[in-house]
Amino acid sequence: MSEEMSESGIVKKFMYVNRKAPYGTIYALESLEVVLIAAAFDQDVSLAFIDDGVYQIAKGQDTKSIGVKNFSSTYRALDDYDINKLYVQKESMEARGLTDKDFLVPVEIKTAAELSALMEQQDVLLSF
Amino acid sequence: MKFGILINEGPYTHQASDTAYQFVKAALAKGHQIHRVFFYNDGVNNATKLTDPPQDDRNIVNRWADLAKEHKLDLVVCVAAALRRGIREDNLAAEFRISGLGQLVESGIQADRLVTFGD
Repeated sequence: MSEEMSESGIVKKFMYVNRKAPYGTIYALESLEVVLIAAAFDQDVSLAFIDDGVYQIAKGQDTKSIGVKNFSSTYRALDDYDINKLYVQKESMEARGLTDKDFLVPVEIKTAAELSALMEQQDVLLSF
Repeated sequence: MKFGILINEGPYTHQASDTAYQFVKAALAKGHQIHRVFFYNDGVNNATKLTDPPQDDRNIVNRWADLAKEHKLDLVVCVAAALRRGIREDNLAAEFRISGLGQLVESGIQADRLVTFGD
């Protein structure tokens, strides 16, 4: 199918907006699953992490005691799929006592206003 | 306009599927096209034929199937999300089909607008 898409030549801006903590609900994991599939479609993909979503890419996750798979290392693989536009919302990060050193992957820190302007440029926003 | 629809919540607990249904009906009535309705997250629970609500309540599953039949809608259920939640070919409701997440991405590419219903 990705071949079909490249043939059609349509490249849209897709932004995946991740708003939820990595565990407690399935939204973070199932969002990541869409991102990985989407990588095959040669689209212009970016990810935004806001609210508790900033915890999805926080270092040092340990899920042993809750019996849930720790999928955080998968975010490190995104670069292999040429997905390297990862934005963390500054206000959400600061409100949770995190800094740009606390993430598993290289990210750009954006204020709410900056992120809002980026969202304005997107063709497709998928929010999980 | 050509709309892609994404439904991320199951029936009855959330209003998302009801709202999406009303949106699709209204869009079709206005002459718009529906490229595809994609069911993801708990939204896959909209596609089980085992759903059997009380007589005086709406049957959300059958309602989607009827609308799909009437308007030749493409109702697609994510395979990974479905298998996680016990939805498979043998309990899949009429007019739905199971396929991959690529169908969602494709809808984002092909439709003029992708509209999400559910948290």
